[in-house]
Amino acid sequence: MAALENLLLGFAVALTPINLLWCLVGVILGTVVGVLPGLGPAATIAMLLPLTLKMDHTTAIIALAGIFYGARYGGSTTSILLNIPGESSSVVTCLDGYQLARQGRAGAALGISAIASFIAGTVGILGLMLIAPPLARFALRFAPPEYFGLMVLGLAMVVFLAGKSMIKALLAMLVGLWIATIGTDLFTAESRFTFGQVKLLGGVDFIAATVGIFAIAEVLVNLESRGGAELFKISKGLRNLLPTLQDLRDCRFAFLNGSLVGFFVGALPGAGATVASFLSYGIEKAFSRHPEKFGTGVIEGVAAPEGANNADASGALVPLLTLGIPGGNTTAILLGGLILWGYKPGPLLIQEHPELFWGLVASMYIGNVLLLILNIPLVPLFAQILRLPYYVLYPLILGISVVGVYSVNNSLFDVWMMGLFGLLGYLMRKLGFPAAALILGMVLGDGLERALRQSLMMSQGDIAILINRPISGILLLITVGLLCLPAIRKVRSWRISAVEQEG
Amino acid sequence: MKTNKGNILAGACLAAFGLYVIFVASKLPYVSEVEPGPGFFPLWLGIGLMSCASYLVLSSFSAFTKESPSDSLTWPAAGRAVVAWCGLMLAIALFDWIGFSASFVILTVFLIVALDRRPLLPSIGVAIGLAVGFHLLFGLALNVSLPAGRWGL
Repeated sequence: MAALENLLLGFAVALTPINLLWCLVGVILGTVVGVLPGLGPAATIAMLLPLTLKMDHTTAIIALAGIFYGARYGGSTTSILLNIPGESSSVVTCLDGYQLARQGRAGAALGISAIASFIAGTVGILGLMLIAPPLARFALRFAPPEYFGLMVLGLAMVVFLAGKSMIKALLAMLVGLWIATIGTDLFTAESRFTFGQVKLLGGVDFIAATVGIFAIAEVLVNLESRGGAELFKISKGLRNLLPTLQDLRDCRFAFLNGSLVGFFVGALPGAGATVASFLSYGIEKAFSRHPEKFGTGVIEGVAAPEGANNADASGALVPLLTLGIPGGNTTAILLGGLILWGYKPGPLLIQEHPELFWGLVASMYIGNVLLLILNIPLVPLFAQILRLPYYVLYPLILGISVVGVYSVNNSLFDVWMMGLFGLLGYLMRKLGFPAAALILGMVLGDGLERALRQSLMMSQGDIAILINRPISGILLLITVGLLCLPAIRKVRSWRISAVEQEG
Repeated sequence: MKTNKGNILAGACLAAFGLYVIFVASKLPYVSEVEPGPGFFPLWLGIGLMSCASYLVLSSFSAFTKESPSDSLTWPAAGRAVVAWCGLMLAIALFDWIGFSASFVILTVFLIVALDRRPLLPSIGVAIGLAVGFHLLFGLALNVSLPAGRWGL
């Protein structure tokens, strides 16, 4: 009952004209970003974060979250029409989606993708609404040692799943933690690693770093090659974009499978939408009456992964909004945004700022309806975005990045930092170091160090406090187990196949 | 299985960097009166960095890790990206002299002509169009300040 009352409050917030407008802008932008291969929601949110500083914070999170889940809708378009996934989470959609397009059923594939996304997205929001508040209430019992255990577990999950090589993910995370130490020490006011630069006393600007690592690095990676691909034609008319009744009947289990797998995998830090989409595809195939047909153009092969990668977006918001632990790139940037706006993401966020949490939940319901309405008739229009020449797109991204970073502090130093982080992000990608681990280290570094030092203050220097307390002890035990799991050959091969899919 | 030069180079750089972190952290107080000092956390970070980086180098030498060809840096392809990055950094350096709009036009023309091999005149048109668009949207409509050069451009 309380949840219903809170949801009504959320709708009152989300249905104000300004929030409705920004929800629409967010989901359209998200769809466009999802359609464009090479520009992801993480880079887009990083680029636009500076522009949200002057906005109402609830409006800003509604718009940014719209980009996050809207991109999942758009990602399927290129997978089906071009056999090029717009997002890594849509890789598996290529298998059957592209085959359906070759058989002249591109419209039905795009239609079922939008319907599966809508159903799973709605189930995911229900999960977020029902699970997040009790989880936040439970987390209120946490003291510094428990927070330390939780953050270490979050980092370990990302290290476990973020890259092909765990050692590289660990190194990226350590560099991220080191970047977080740059500046003035919060406890003693001593400056650390500032290289004599007064501008580094306040630490590395989060926006400059994320825009560099995601947006600039993405442009650099894409500039390596030239060329385009031919689009399949989509038949005009709404009827051609609607799946048949038989298609919908065939996808009943796929809708449920995608929704549940997507939500629960999304709630695990580090797992991500790609793992969710592959897992739901695997389950769909395993339980199918005609598994041999998968990969030849089966409609369930589109519905399950597309549903999963949408439900994942809601699942990923659970640890972010209840524990302050992001699970991947985009949620790490959203966490950075919440901190920049002055919030303390964690168990008290829902209690202290109900309008923010419930406004976001309600806006996601509205956003999903908007996406369904937009995606079915407007798919041919969104597909035209692919015709935007890259020689216009890349300068545009670079320009927005520069303006965004500069506008935060009117500082050219930050723009230089963005450039340097751009090169770092590019090299990391080329050498197989996962950027998610670095960003997570950067975001959680301050909190992790604070929790550790406060724990040691509580115990007068006795490190055993971290394992003697039951919750932190269990969390650290799980962390150790997780990091030791790859020693088991079967787990190692599963982990590598999972992250290969993610990459 | 093969030895990956990129891994060895990255590992060596990170190990050296870990040493630097240890060196700087060791000059900071490890403990203060009531709690761990500002050097405590970075010192252990440095040790972790150096240990993991050394492991990466050693495992790459002994070919413990399976690497696909795509994992290693392919220099011919990277060349275009590095040239684009240099162009961006040069444009950032120019912001201080000729301002955002003029630098952005130069950067865009450079990217289109040098990297995408498009004709010069249309490229200038695209660059000026984008710069004007930025000025109208950010400078005038959103009142966002753009980097201004010494000559007020």
